[in-house]
Amino acid sequence: MNVYYIPVLLYLLLIVVMMGSILFISSLVGKKPLTDIQKIPYECGLDPAGPKEAYVPIKFYVIAMLFIVFDIEVVFFYPWLIVYKDLGIVGFIEMVIFFTVLLIGLFYVIKKGALKWE
Amino acid sequence: MAESLVFIIVSLIKSVVLVSLIMVSVMIGVYLERRILGFIQLRYGPNRCGPYGILQSVADGIKLFCKQDITLPVTEKTIYILAPLIAGVTALFPFVAIPFADKIAPDTITLFGKVFDLTKYSLNRGVIADLPGGVLFILAVSSLSVYGVLLAGWSSDNKYSFLGAMRVASQMLSYELFLGISIMGVLMITGSIRMTEIVEAQKHMWFVVYQPLGFILYMIAGFAEACRTPFDLIECENELGSGFNTEYSSMKFALFYLAEYIHIITISAIAVTLFLGGWQGPWLPSGIWFIIKVACLFIFFIWVRGTYPRVRFDQLMSVGWKYLFPIAMANLIATGICVLFL
Repeated sequence: MNVYYIPVLLYLLLIVVMMGSILFISSLVGKKPLTDIQKIPYECGLDPAGPKEAYVPIKFYVIAMLFIVFDIEVVFFYPWLIVYKDLGIVGFIEMVIFFTVLLIGLFYVIKKGALKWE
Repeated sequence: MAESLVFIIVSLIKSVVLVSLIMVSVMIGVYLERRILGFIQLRYGPNRCGPYGILQSVADGIKLFCKQDITLPVTEKTIYILAPLIAGVTALFPFVAIPFADKIAPDTITLFGKVFDLTKYSLNRGVIADLPGGVLFILAVSSLSVYGVLLAGWSSDNKYSFLGAMRVASQMLSYELFLGISIMGVLMITGSIRMTEIVEAQKHMWFVVYQPLGFILYMIAGFAEACRTPFDLIECENELGSGFNTEYSSMKFALFYLAEYIHIITISAIAVTLFLGGWQGPWLPSGIWFIIKVACLFIFFIWVRGTYPRVRFDQLMSVGWKYLFPIAMANLIATGICVLFL
């Protein structure tokens, strides 16, 4: 195991314990019984109307899918960046081709109207 | 054995110091924000607790601690309770790899007649974990912060919270992409993704000079990542009540609030490290320079909040994907040409 990650684990443990104890102490200090009116969802003082689950536009899921596609392609850049100076002109041209493919994909997405909000 | 014990103890001490510094700076930051917003909007702001109201954040903290801790009878109770914890932890986590000072301890220390070498694994430097893939680690961990918000909105059985959470998820996901691309120019110039090496490469010139467009793109993406005005659509109060944290009270709410401010500090700290020379500066000690630079960027965040109105959600999305993404790509290609031929 990489030694550098031991402090990361220690730090994570520290902040989890700290945040957890904050929540625990406040739940002890502020424990009071709920009234009936507090139990219903807050919708600006009106009684909740309609079904319990909200309908969500499909656009949000489209955005999430686009993110996965583009983010995976962007991750490919990181190794390329590190060895960029050694690769020289060949690496540059290859990556320009990759960029072009990516931008064509983005263009297609925009033309298809995936990013249109109405 | 003794060596690893020293390693663990020194790292723990550094972690505790860093976390308490962040907590104090969040308190100061909240006070500063209210004060500066008051100044911009020609009113006083908090001025009752202590001289110039500097104890206002302490008073707020005590008040929030004593408030009624409402745990609603929701369907997913565990997630409802754990969401603030996740938000707080993921907001604090990226700081583990950000170098905040140069040397904060001597090279060797003597304990019980034994000499321990602290230069190993950067123990004597102002960074908790000097990770070989620091930038990747920070990007990966900071993108986890969407979970806290999303789970909070989803589990609180409230339509408006849920809509706020969906918005923040798509907003943070989209802008994370540009955030990643906008810092790539810096990585290309340095040829390294270790944070300390990036800071040391800026010894003679800050990278903001070579990468002005990259810096601007990073800051725009940073505003969207931290969900600040003009991109604070998650708590758009005229549309969503208060967004994802409507159903939270007491310290649960305070942790979301804390996470928001820690997020701003993290974005500023990454900007300082990658573009503004990190902890480097003349005359003053390195840690002080880091704090000064982060504070300047933090005040810039507040200034923007006091100046700009909120954008609409469709505007946010179309600007991000249609303009910022190609511009960031063009910036990267231009940097590539410059690095290769100049």
